[in-house]
Amino acid sequence: MTTFVQQLVNGISLGSIYALIALGYTMVYGVIKLINFAHGDVFMVGAFVAYFAYTGLHLGFIGSLIVSMAACALLGVLIERFAYRPLRQSTRIAALITAIGVSLFLENAGIIAVGAQARGYPDMLPGSPFQVGGVTISTKQVEIILLAVLLMVLLQFIVHRTKIGKAMRAVAFDQDAARMMGIDVDRTISYTFAIGSALAAAAGVVYGAYYSAVDPLMGIMPGLKAFIAAVVGGIGIIPGAMVGGLVLGLIETAVQSFGFSLWRDAAAFALLILILLVKPEGLFGRHAREKV
Amino acid sequence: MLRIRDLHVYYGVIHALKGVSLEVERGEIVTLIGANGAGKTTLLRTISGLVPPRSGEIEFEGRSIFRTPARDIVRLGVSQVPEGRRVFATMSVQENLELGAFLRRDKSGVAEDLEKVYTRFPRLRERRRQLAGTLSGGEQQMLAIGRALMARPRLLLLDEPSMGLSPILVQEIFRIIREINEAGTTILLVEQNAHMALSVSHRAYVLETGRITLSGPSSELAKSEEVKKAYLGG
Ligand SMILES: Nc1ncnc2c1ncn2[C@@H]1O[C@H](COP(=O)(O)OP(=O)(O)O)[C@@H](O)[C@H]1O
Ligand SMILES: [Mg+2]
Repeated sequence: MTTFVQQLVNGISLGSIYALIALGYTMVYGVIKLINFAHGDVFMVGAFVAYFAYTGLHLGFIGSLIVSMAACALLGVLIERFAYRPLRQSTRIAALITAIGVSLFLENAGIIAVGAQARGYPDMLPGSPFQVGGVTISTKQVEIILLAVLLMVLLQFIVHRTKIGKAMRAVAFDQDAARMMGIDVDRTISYTFAIGSALAAAAGVVYGAYYSAVDPLMGIMPGLKAFIAAVVGGIGIIPGAMVGGLVLGLIETAVQSFGFSLWRDAAAFALLILILLVKPEGLFGRHAREKV
Repeated sequence: MLRIRDLHVYYGVIHALKGVSLEVERGEIVTLIGANGAGKTTLLRTISGLVPPRSGEIEFEGRSIFRTPARDIVRLGVSQVPEGRRVFATMSVQENLELGAFLRRDKSGVAEDLEKVYTRFPRLRERRRQLAGTLSGGEQQMLAIGRALMARPRLLLLDEPSMGLSPILVQEIFRIIREINEAGTTILLVEQNAHMALSVSHRAYVLETGRITLSGPSSELAKSEEVKKAYLGG
């Protein structure tokens, strides 16, 4: 029982990291139908920005988190502006290849800037483990979950209650009709990249703090997993990304806790294949036009 | 109010509009009739800034809107009800209407206009929390019209508003178009239903494969042999 609760908390915290990354994939896909393969690398950059803000500028956890989210928001906007926007009218495969190019660029730029070696990450999330009814729970995990919930609530608020959020949904559904409303489509796409990248940055920071190590290639696997989570939930659908992330985190943790650690990644890909076979539109996918 | 001179529009190598000239005066209902593929939608989309024209002039209230960004054209007072309605199906009726007022900053004016739209279309008020995609075709058309009105346009462009509707709903849509015009909005109406369009409008143009071939008061065009033969079924 106690291990079950512990594993549950592990699964939810890992899942909420996947969910935060998956949201960026799904939002960007929702508005421009592009799988932004550089998204996992934005997550990596986010982890490093917070690393330097924390160790170099001594900004503390919250300060480093905010600096990292802001920097990655800007990075996301720049990536869209200079790599994807010029290809907006081109084929999807051209944009996809460009996304892979941006991904490789960020990874190699990272290796040049900070070296390929993994480095220890500061213990940013403070607090010691505590006991609830005989179950030991790490404060870090609770903090990760709370942060993820907070950011998701904030995201829901932005998407449903603010003008920019309504513009994002309108552009995702029908760009042309959105233009007829007077919506600035380019600006809306920029905002989408900014928000998605900021969420990835937050995920990068807590990932670094949780696993205590970062390196320039750290974004590849979580990026892939988050992409799977987005597809499992239904690509383009925000609640789908949240649930997909959680499901994936729980499944991976379960596989691991049954002693099959080596099968963890395989389980994620098995889930992807299963979903693509059984319900290719994803758990939350209803009809083809349901987006963002 | 709207003045178009020698407008040319291309889609790649397809020459869709071949020197169209057309005018709409304040307070009028002007209708544009023409067969499928004549270029009617292209003309409306060009006016709204959604298709870039190659050459020519487009003026709205004395100001050039040639290659002006779509949002500036909305801001100047030109709204469009697009072909096929294109409501935001995954958003509620009320959210659709609010999007129509996207560029407006006058909250009280927007609230007032929302009330006006609901008064004009009581069905939309009943269904304001419902997703637009769940509405019937006629209701979606009313939503598309209401959404365009939320921008408080001085010129309203309507692209085949009667398409796919039952005869009773067609009557109702045309009655609404006349009411909107009587309340002070100038209208440029594109229709394949030439009978109804000519009966509500003041003046009309006939567009054939990218060229205006006939124009004049609607009552006269309705009597012209060419129009009767081509668009009124004999
Ligand atoms: N996006 C487009 N790309 C290429 N050709 C187009 C496009 N839209 C319309 N056309 C062509 O332009 C011509 C005019 O089309 P359209 O303006 O839709 O006519 P209408 O509204 O009168 O039926 C047609 O020959 C059509 O095939
Ligand atoms: Mg048309």
